[in-house]
Amino acid sequence: MNVVLITIISLGVLGTLAAIILYFVAQKFKVFEDPRIDQVEEVLPAANCGGCGFPGCRAFAEAMVKSDDISDLNCPVGGAETMSAAAGILGKEVAAAAPTVAVVRCNGTCDNRPKVTNYDGATSCTIASSLYGGDTGCSDGCYGLGECVDACNFDAMYMDEKTGLPVIIEDNCVSCGACVDACPKDIIELRKKGPKSRRIFVSCVNKDKGAPAKKACSVACISCKKCQKACPFEAITIENNLAYIHDDKCKLCRKCVSECPTNAIHELNFPPKKPKVEKVVPENAE
Amino acid sequence: MLKTFSLGGVHPAENKFSAGKKIETLPVPEQVSVPIAQHIGAPSEPVVKKGDEVKVGQLIAKSTGFVSTNIHSPVSGKVFKVDDILDASGYKRKAIIIKVEGDEWDENINRNADLVTDITLSKEEIVKKVGEAGIVGLGGATFPAHVKLSVPPGKTCDVLILNAVECEPYLTSDHQLMMEKGEEIMVGTQILMKALDVTKAIIGIENNKKDAIDHMSNLAQKYDGITIEALKVQYPQGGEKQLIDACIQRQIPSGKLPIEVGAVVQNVGTTYAVYEAVQKNKPLFERIVTVTGKSVSKPSNFLTRVGTPVSALINAAGGLPEDTGKVIGGGPMMGKALSSIEVPVTKGSSGILIMPDKIAKRGTMEPCIRCSKCVSVCPMGLSPYLLMTVSDKAIWDRAEEEKIMDCIECGSCSYTCPASRPLLDYIRLGKGKVGNIMRSRNK
Amino acid sequence: MNTLTVSPSPHVHSGDSVKKNMYGVIIALLPALAASVYYFGLGALIVTMAAVISCVFFEWAIQKYLLKTNPTVLDGSAALTGLLLAFNMPTNLPIWIIIIGSLVAIGIGKMSFGGLGNNIFNPALVGRVFLLISFPVQMTLWPKPSENMTNYLDATTGATPLSVMKEGLANGESVSSLMAKIPSLSELFFGNLGGSAGEVAAVALLIGLVYMLIRKIITWHIPVSIIATVAVFSGILNLASPEQFAGPLFHILTGGLMLGAIFMATDYVSSPMANKGMIIFGIGIGVITVVIRVFGAYPEGVSFAILIMNGFVPLIDKYVKPKRFGEVVKTAGKK
Repeated sequence: MNVVLITIISLGVLGTLAAIILYFVAQKFKVFEDPRIDQVEEVLPAANCGGCGFPGCRAFAEAMVKSDDISDLNCPVGGAETMSAAAGILGKEVAAAAPTVAVVRCNGTCDNRPKVTNYDGATSCTIASSLYGGDTGCSDGCYGLGECVDACNFDAMYMDEKTGLPVIIEDNCVSCGACVDACPKDIIELRKKGPKSRRIFVSCVNKDKGAPAKKACSVACISCKKCQKACPFEAITIENNLAYIHDDKCKLCRKCVSECPTNAIHELNFPPKKPKVEKVVPENAE
Repeated sequence: MLKTFSLGGVHPAENKFSAGKKIETLPVPEQVSVPIAQHIGAPSEPVVKKGDEVKVGQLIAKSTGFVSTNIHSPVSGKVFKVDDILDASGYKRKAIIIKVEGDEWDENINRNADLVTDITLSKEEIVKKVGEAGIVGLGGATFPAHVKLSVPPGKTCDVLILNAVECEPYLTSDHQLMMEKGEEIMVGTQILMKALDVTKAIIGIENNKKDAIDHMSNLAQKYDGITIEALKVQYPQGGEKQLIDACIQRQIPSGKLPIEVGAVVQNVGTTYAVYEAVQKNKPLFERIVTVTGKSVSKPSNFLTRVGTPVSALINAAGGLPEDTGKVIGGGPMMGKALSSIEVPVTKGSSGILIMPDKIAKRGTMEPCIRCSKCVSVCPMGLSPYLLMTVSDKAIWDRAEEEKIMDCIECGSCSYTCPASRPLLDYIRLGKGKVGNIMRSRNK
Repeated sequence: MNTLTVSPSPHVHSGDSVKKNMYGVIIALLPALAASVYYFGLGALIVTMAAVISCVFFEWAIQKYLLKTNPTVLDGSAALTGLLLAFNMPTNLPIWIIIIGSLVAIGIGKMSFGGLGNNIFNPALVGRVFLLISFPVQMTLWPKPSENMTNYLDATTGATPLSVMKEGLANGESVSSLMAKIPSLSELFFGNLGGSAGEVAAVALLIGLVYMLIRKIITWHIPVSIIATVAVFSGILNLASPEQFAGPLFHILTGGLMLGAIFMATDYVSSPMANKGMIIFGIGIGVITVVIRVFGAYPEGVSFAILIMNGFVPLIDKYVKPKRFGEVVKTAGKK
């Protein structure tokens, strides 16, 4: 009996002492942290993807609390909803950023872009790109080794085995930009999602002149400028033998799409056109 | 016991099919494409334009800095255009394309084949001449030769080492050059010794070239201060650091140049080019290229003008064999696989190796079994298995800690790996990334 | 024209492969297997076959049905584990125990870490030690050599030299009187002693070592450092008190030391990468082995020693790096 009593008492005293010491130490070394950081972090998606440019959601929350003007901060994963919720907590104004989505700007499938060499190195686009221009005549196009798919944390990409190109699953894409960074060829771009997910873009990044580009790939942009002339909104520029549609100017009129002689301009999620010209748009997103 | 370097090394099958084949002069092609970036350092600046008439040996692109070099026309004719062409890697690079008309040489070049032994130029004049003649390291690294000859202030050089190791399997261009132009190389060595102000020169030759060792040893008796060092056959003995270690047992510290241990290394081919530039006033526009391979019908050593398409060389050696899988510019260990045979020969092309499909294919990658063979063959004492892992996982600070930048990319690790892992592919990736990080930190 | 293949350098390969190395070790084990059959007869064959077949089966089954990957049993690593496991078991062990041991060796020792190349501990030893602890009676009944050519489970059993020594010393007998009770040193060398299937003939194991060194499958560092450490450590103890501690030759030739030093500790996956690290690893095994044998409760400690040092390998690899080029700096001789 005695032993039990002594044990209980001594342990109790030790515990109380430790509690007191811990209390004072905690008081002494207390770090003040704005409670709003926790609140903001609460509404963030907690994906820690880095798509906002900060290392993780907590860093983004801190930045939101600290900076006065948060109009240039954006959580692409959470989108407008999350941002307005977070801004509501802080009582700050937030500019509604248009949602964006990743698009793959290369349509160099095995059929469109014949192979001229075999690649036999490590399965990594970065290694392949530091070695050579690629196994086709196009030195700007996709290697098809899937580094972007490995980089995606949201299961929003897969490699299409038939075409050898990455495909973006639009519904899963949070536009964090991990694939954009992973691609050594800058093929993937974040573009405005557009109303009803309707988008038009040039699915080519080849900077060769028309003839060699066409020779390397049947769906390459040959910089013929027809689309530029067709565009009523001056949304298309041509630089380095390559057309580019600026998504802030494009009004989705689809005039350029039918102009393009190589089918390099893609339209996504539009209702099918009245059958005028039968156009085979190779399969893309979704 | 023959000398060799102290750490690691492998001994791949030598396959020197073209050994002993006399140097043949390849006919001048109809058109040459001379890239303006054939060396390490800043690309040269073209000084000719479309339609200009050029002679053999005329300056067509000039050096744009200290670590850069001049480029001379390898042919006579008319500049067709200055435009982008596809280089060996399938990327576009600027080149000067010349349509050949006749073969008219610049009148200042002494085309007499007699040996000129008297060195009339002074030390400074030699370095200047080497720089003007556009000479780069012909072993394959293509580092401008005049830079190596300019010893930085505060450093001393006490020995010149000539790299005649030719440790790459298959290649024989240096070997054949020594057999046919031994005297000229000796005079070239004397010129380099004068430029560096040293009294000692060592020519390192691997023991699989016994005839060259005998021949050079006989010649060396006539010249002061030149000794021949027969070395054990071991790859990568031709690496600058390994060669210095093998010849004079000095190890260059991590991240330093050979001058740190008082040595300067030049390739024998470079030495011959120096002889021609200084004694004959002939700039560098042609070189000896080995064309070889298991199925090549006529393995040969060709004296080739820079800018000649690789296909012309292959045709001269009996054409592209039926079973071709890979065409490599350089040797099998460090050479670069060409994506097209229409690319031009450059100053750094020591050989064209044609490999059959069967050998060219890599094995299937298996998991690392930690056999430590890559560690034991690494001539730099690194841990390739670890460097591959950290590069794959993008742990760059750890890669730097593990001295990834010391890697000389000799390929001994990938060559040895029983699991056929692409160790060097990943290490090269890591080197690029870590190098960028280090440079941006120093800014 | 064919399409050209493009890959980064190097463009040639030594032709070495995982398979060649694994089968190389198996070939190196054949002399020992022959010696085992010579001394233990039928039992050795049954135990070896059972262990090899069950290890290969478990690896195949786990890869195919649990991990759903392509089975890679043909690379020889599972067969090697089975062979080594068999060499660490007495030749009268019932087959059901062998199957349990194989399942532990492959399932827990190897596949649970991620398969070939990822296991921290030597799988065969994991299996062996599991059995030793779970079935102490069956695992320490050693058939007498040369007497049981056709017997398997009914073999006559006897003590191993190590257990004779351990018990004798505990009972206060002197080393010299105990040495008289065990086979002579030359008999030990040629294998006439009780013990596990592969622990018999030192000479057969040494032939295997020479073969592996010539084929460059392993380097000398680990076996030499283990044997040298055991020799030195037990030698010192023996010199200090010859009647209390047995001599170095006794320690080297008995038990699983040779087998452990040559085949178990040199397992690629669970040994260090750098030569210096291998020597530290070997010294550690040697010291722990002698400590367990002389001061511990078990008569034999090689398996435990190797497993303990396996645990230190990541640490050794982190801190012991290979000798790097350019560490010893010689500067230019001044003119």
